Amino acid sequence: MSLKKGDTIFFENCPSITGFATVGGKKESEGPLAEEFDCICVDTRMGEECWEKAESAYQRSAVEKALNKAGITLGDIDYLFAGDLQNQCTASAYTVRDLDVQFAGLYGACSTMAESLSLASSFVGSGICNRAMALTSSHFCAAERTFRTPLEYGGQRTPTAQWTVTAAGAVVVSAQGGAPYVKSVTLGHIRDFGIIDINNMGAAMAPAAAETILRYFADSGKKPIDFDHIYTGDLGLVGSTLLQEILKQEGVTLPNYSDCGMLIYDRLRQDVGAGGSGCGCSAAVLCAHILPEVQSGVMKNVLFVATGALMSPVTFMQGESIPGIAHLVHISSQK
Amino acid sequence: MNFVWAFVIGGLICVAGQLLMDYTKLTPARILVTYVVAGVVLSALGWYEPLASFAGCGATVPLIGFGHLLAQGVLDSVEKIGLIGALTGGFTAAAGGITASLVCGFLAAVFGQSKDQS
Amino acid sequence: MKLTKEEYQQMTTEASPKSQVVRDCIWAFCVGGGICLLGEVLKYFYCKWGLTLTDAGTLTSATLIALSAICTMFGWYQKLATKAGAGTLVPITGFANAVVSPAIEFKTEGYITGVGAKMFVIAGPVIVYGMLASVAWGIIWYFWRILFA
Repeated sequence: MSLKKGDTIFFENCPSITGFATVGGKKESEGPLAEEFDCICVDTRMGEECWEKAESAYQRSAVEKALNKAGITLGDIDYLFAGDLQNQCTASAYTVRDLDVQFAGLYGACSTMAESLSLASSFVGSGICNRAMALTSSHFCAAERTFRTPLEYGGQRTPTAQWTVTAAGAVVVSAQGGAPYVKSVTLGHIRDFGIIDINNMGAAMAPAAAETILRYFADSGKKPIDFDHIYTGDLGLVGSTLLQEILKQEGVTLPNYSDCGMLIYDRLRQDVGAGGSGCGCSAAVLCAHILPEVQSGVMKNVLFVATGALMSPVTFMQGESIPGIAHLVHISSQK
Repeated sequence: MNFVWAFVIGGLICVAGQLLMDYTKLTPARILVTYVVAGVVLSALGWYEPLASFAGCGATVPLIGFGHLLAQGVLDSVEKIGLIGALTGGFTAAAGGITASLVCGFLAAVFGQSKDQS
Repeated sequence: MKLTKEEYQQMTTEASPKSQVVRDCIWAFCVGGGICLLGEVLKYFYCKWGLTLTDAGTLTSATLIALSAICTMFGWYQKLATKAGAGTLVPITGFANAVVSPAIEFKTEGYITGVGAKMFVIAGPVIVYGMLASVAWGIIWYFWRILFA
């Protein structure tokens, strides 16, 4: 059973994360987390004829590895929650086309890992089902041609622009199992502070992240020091600075804070502008870095706050500002 | 000396574009449109021809030169065939450049393949 | 949150790293100037081979466009452009890159609806507004000649 207080769902029988895996691309293999990926596929085409199919191939690979690590088969999964950055969420749909499983497609832009994990945990934690899987991915090349320009186009990136991560992450949530556990989840509110620059998405998402974090602390009565670490999804250099400034105005400081977009690449050496972004960014850091540390007990309590910028190329060209969203998951090594 | 001026003037026109990129919110597409229209206007006012004969390719290779080419084409056609020249002059003058881009684009699509930047 | 949109815009501007204008301009100057210089050299040789100035000009443009297409195809133009910025954007080679890159990228959507339809997705506005301006100038010039010449 679970209890909703304010915006946050607290689980009484905390669902367990029994399997998780991430598969990354070439640029990720050159970053600081390279060693921690389950698998690196340097050929970002994955032998397919287009980038869209390649992204689905990354997802398939992540699903297989997560199932293996959980020691189960696809038949044991009751629900699959999946999302990606492609139009109409097709990378996930085409992955699941080949998997016979009940499927709900999600679009939360870069926040999808926390969104899918929240929903999977809620389904399992409330006793609806025994096992659910959360799956997300992004692919630099597929995202670039959808949201920006063709890959061969000679454009100079502004210093605030972020680099879409090529990676897929899959998490199996089960009713029974060991650490890590999902203790609580907070689905976010949309916040839009009028940022229209598509090359400064960290700034567009920071207020939403602040809102969700503040609401969680209010609901749970906890403080930042109660956590070994607090991770945001892909705010990058600009967004993570802004998040800390907003929280400081609200009287909250985060002493143990990192952004996944800043962790996955060596920002200056790899020439990625303000850091990494995309659903694959938070998914990869969660599965490669955060969950193993919680599982082994190095970290006991972490907050994982994935952020998303919910615009499309059409709304951008129509001059609309960018709505931001952030979802929070509290992951713990104890029940 | 022609070569030096081509380098310097061409470079300066590009620096002007870079300043627009860094200091304004103008996207590359908007800068290109601005340059071409500016080229037509400057040429119409008679200010661009002196620069073109002085700096050669330094003035004609940047996209302002493309606007200059369009304006010159229209000017010649109107003088030769009257008002219809306003419709035909631009494309006649620009035909070489546009067709070359189009042919190269097609060939590159046939033989090339989209590649990851990382 | 107490924050207002105006305050947040201010905070964002302060938190966003600025472009390195001097470095960008030096790159743009050298690369852009270099491309123009290459054009001038080509034109010099074409003239020497007996072409008229107009033909040499057209052939120079075509050569630069072809070179740009080759560099685009191998991904070199994009690599240079991340440093050179307007130095690769403003010359005719940038126009060619804007035509060639979507043609390659959208090949997966077919030769008609992909390559054919998307080829001018970036460069199209340049032609549209260039032509509009030139037509307007043609009409003005026509009446100017009647009235004042």
